[in-house]
Amino acid sequence: MIPAGLSDPDATLGRTMNVSTNAPSRGHSEPLAQRLAELRGPAPQRSLNARSLAALAANPGCHRRAVLDAAGVDKAVLASRLGRPAPFGQSPFAIARGVIFEARLKADGYAALLEPLRRHLGLPPDGGAPLVVPDLLQRSGPAVRADRTAEALAQAAADPDTWTLLDHPLLRLDVAGSTAYLEPDAVVVHGGRCTVVEIKSFPVLDGAADPAKVGAAARQAAVYVLALQHAAAARSGAALTPDPYAEQRLPGSPRLSVLLVCPKDFGNRPTAVAVDIRRELATTRRQLSRMTGIGRLLEALPEGTAFDLAVDEEGAPARSGDELAGAVAAVPAAYSPDCLSTCELGFHCRAQARCGDRVEQLGRGVRGELGSIRTVTEALAAATGSGTDEAAERLAYAAALRAEALGK
Amino acid sequence: MSLLTTLARLEAVRSGRAEPLATVRHRHLSDRPMVLVPLTAAGEAGAPLAVLLGTDRDAPRLHLVPQPLNRTLRFDFLAELAADLLPYLESFGAEVEQIEGSEKDPETGEKTQVFRELCADAPQLIVPNGAGVQHLALIGRSTRFRRTVEDDEPGPYPAPVRVPLLGRWLTHLTDRAQVPGSSLLLPMTGLLARHWATGQSHLEDQHLAARLAWHFPPEGVGGAEAAERAESARDDRGQLLHPPAGPATDPSFDSVVLGPAIARYDAAASALQHSTEQRDDQAAARAREAVRGAVEQLRGALSAVLLPTWHDVWRGIDLLRSLPPAGHLAERWTGDRWSYTGHRDRLAAGEPPQPRQDDAVTAARKLAQREREQARLDVQEALDDPLAMAEHRLAGEAFAGVVTDVVPDYDTSGRSPKPRPLVTVRTDDRPHADLGREVHRVWGSPRPEAGGGPSAQKAEIVAADPAEGTITLRILSGMGRRKEPEPGSVPEPGEPVTFTLFELTVRQSAPLPEPDDTPWTHGGPPGAAPDSPGPAADFDWE
Repeated sequence: MIPAGLSDPDATLGRTMNVSTNAPSRGHSEPLAQRLAELRGPAPQRSLNARSLAALAANPGCHRRAVLDAAGVDKAVLASRLGRPAPFGQSPFAIARGVIFEARLKADGYAALLEPLRRHLGLPPDGGAPLVVPDLLQRSGPAVRADRTAEALAQAAADPDTWTLLDHPLLRLDVAGSTAYLEPDAVVVHGGRCTVVEIKSFPVLDGAADPAKVGAAARQAAVYVLALQHAAAARSGAALTPDPYAEQRLPGSPRLSVLLVCPKDFGNRPTAVAVDIRRELATTRRQLSRMTGIGRLLEALPEGTAFDLAVDEEGAPARSGDELAGAVAAVPAAYSPDCLSTCELGFHCRAQARCGDRVEQLGRGVRGELGSIRTVTEALAAATGSGTDEAAERLAYAAALRAEALGK
Repeated sequence: MSLLTTLARLEAVRSGRAEPLATVRHRHLSDRPMVLVPLTAAGEAGAPLAVLLGTDRDAPRLHLVPQPLNRTLRFDFLAELAADLLPYLESFGAEVEQIEGSEKDPETGEKTQVFRELCADAPQLIVPNGAGVQHLALIGRSTRFRRTVEDDEPGPYPAPVRVPLLGRWLTHLTDRAQVPGSSLLLPMTGLLARHWATGQSHLEDQHLAARLAWHFPPEGVGGAEAAERAESARDDRGQLLHPPAGPATDPSFDSVVLGPAIARYDAAASALQHSTEQRDDQAAARAREAVRGAVEQLRGALSAVLLPTWHDVWRGIDLLRSLPPAGHLAERWTGDRWSYTGHRDRLAAGEPPQPRQDDAVTAARKLAQREREQARLDVQEALDDPLAMAEHRLAGEAFAGVVTDVVPDYDTSGRSPKPRPLVTVRTDDRPHADLGREVHRVWGSPRPEAGGGPSAQKAEIVAADPAEGTITLRILSGMGRRKEPEPGSVPEPGEPVTFTLFELTVRQSAPLPEPDDTPWTHGGPPGAAPDSPGPAADFDWE
């Protein structure tokens, strides 16, 4: 299996999600979880992972995405059934490159990974305390792996003198009543504190990397840090610090800067950069706390709404495309053209925005510019001088200038 | 995005077609542009896969790397590309004109007349989109420091001789492309975006085929639908009918078409190597045939995904040629010619390749130049194009109207009276007309040719009545030296006039020190700080 962090090294956030059969929520009797399971139907649940959680932060106002993600609906399948499949994919070459890079990092007892790690974390030079790499039972199921990770983490945090590297640990995070399993590339523990290591295969060229890709990586790492914070707080029996910008110094608490390991220039030599993720962490925490308030969004749904993607043995779907489209339409979306590169339903929502004549189809900024005007028809009517508010007057003025310049 | 652009987009949504954003063409278009459509291998920074290029739309030339991870094959490709592109780039260096200038002697301060060469024309590269420009920059960065067999220490993997030169040219062109209004290297999506609005967002406009769908929607189909078809229509093998303009390829193309074709090449190449080692001539001949076949198949697959974009770029060029050139194009193109000539001279003088990071003074100079050129571009576009001027009028930085009244008046404070006529303009515009503010007269375009054109004219606002829509100005200059204004220099009642609140010439920024005089606050003179590591060490591709 390809490690989660490398399955699509350069793809935009949220393009792919790993399926892992989610363990049933521990709060089995919770009505919220039950309601979400009803929405999803018998189809296998898409687990929330770091990418999908981070992508939520990209468009916090979208109820549609929040509901579908919380219910674990496979949005890629849903998009195909709605007739506008998501255009996302991964090139086999990109995957191969990512796998090779990570394999090189881990060869010879993590030699290539340790060199940049040493510099940034102050690891002892060769001959110092040996690096402990516990077996995290990678071939087991997620629940076993997560328990084993928690155990290894507690052990490592209890001994401040050793250096421990957790290779592909599995972290738990409870989100909206269901458990998400998150798999960072590595976590390094020393002195009772841990640091998230994120391995990416985009290059750092002459000391600079693509800011969009670094941002995506930071948002993803913030989700891991949050999971580690929750774990540390739970272990100590303390509450999570209310200030997302404050570093909580409990045994095993994560540092608020993560280590991004990338190839240097055009080669395969790794270089590590510390990235401060406090801002991303604050955003993620805000989004996730909103998600736990998903009950309110569900209450607004009409009776009988369901996103059942199941097909019977003959391949006949349980629900027709029209029924699904109706269900999707029942949850309001906050479409903006950015969605096309981050959300599987982007093309569907765009078509809806176009059908609905919404001005959002032209971009987020346009809406702000047009004030209370919501549709293209209204805006063009205002441009002919029928409106009275300030935005309409400006539009009419702009239209007059445009007509004059074009000689109309 | 300004409100005028938004309005044009709204109109495009309604009409289902691209709507104009300019009445003239604001970028120079060469008579002989070199169109270049690059493709990159996924997952690896700047790894070239193929390029389709040429100056003749009916005769594109394809170069490709049959195995993008193979260093030797990549060098072969770059050598081919250099052999194809460099003659074009260098062909403009021969024909020059002599420009007279003066140079100040730093010791005596005496000015002497000098002549400098300026190339009569310059090359122009057109790529499909902004990502194409970045890709060329990456190729430039990865090749310009390479050592060749001609170097003293060629290192273990010497590059073909002309490859570093190609890298230096690509670096220069991509660097110049950062200068606003420059035209040596242009992305087609950017060119189209300057001149037309579509009914979709800027993000979607980055897809060249989708953008062009708004210009040429099929009969009875709106732009939005045509664009969506260009974005997502696939054949029964799951391949896009209109592949993206790159440089990244469609993942489905990589896995279904390209991956197997490269695997076939790899198999044939290793069979060839094996049979050559075994000295089996017959098998070697067969394997050679198989390699040739595999390369042919790759050529077929890659031209199939490149050709639609190739034709799109040329269709874009046709669209742009349909617009009349703007008045200031020649002036800006002269700047590009100087840039080209300067690089030609630096190469001839044997200067080292452009550094990875500019020193403080060079970086400050580049920034100052880009800011200056941006300001100049804004002013020139406004002067050349009423639609661009409309942006300034909407923003309250300019106004146009008709002269209703002219009252002769004089400044008698000096020895001889000077003309200071009061001009009242009726306008529908609502400029930020603070009293005492200086305004600049825009002479009708095209500027009167006779007598070298009127000189710059300044005025100040002495009264403004927004309710009546009138502004009264006192004209301060541009009326000659006599007591009475030169005929034609003061507008007549009934004459349409335009004034701007911004200056129409761009000020030079304060001079920057020579790099050798860089103050310590900015790192000191370059070379004092330890430079980047040895050039050979960090270039292990593969």
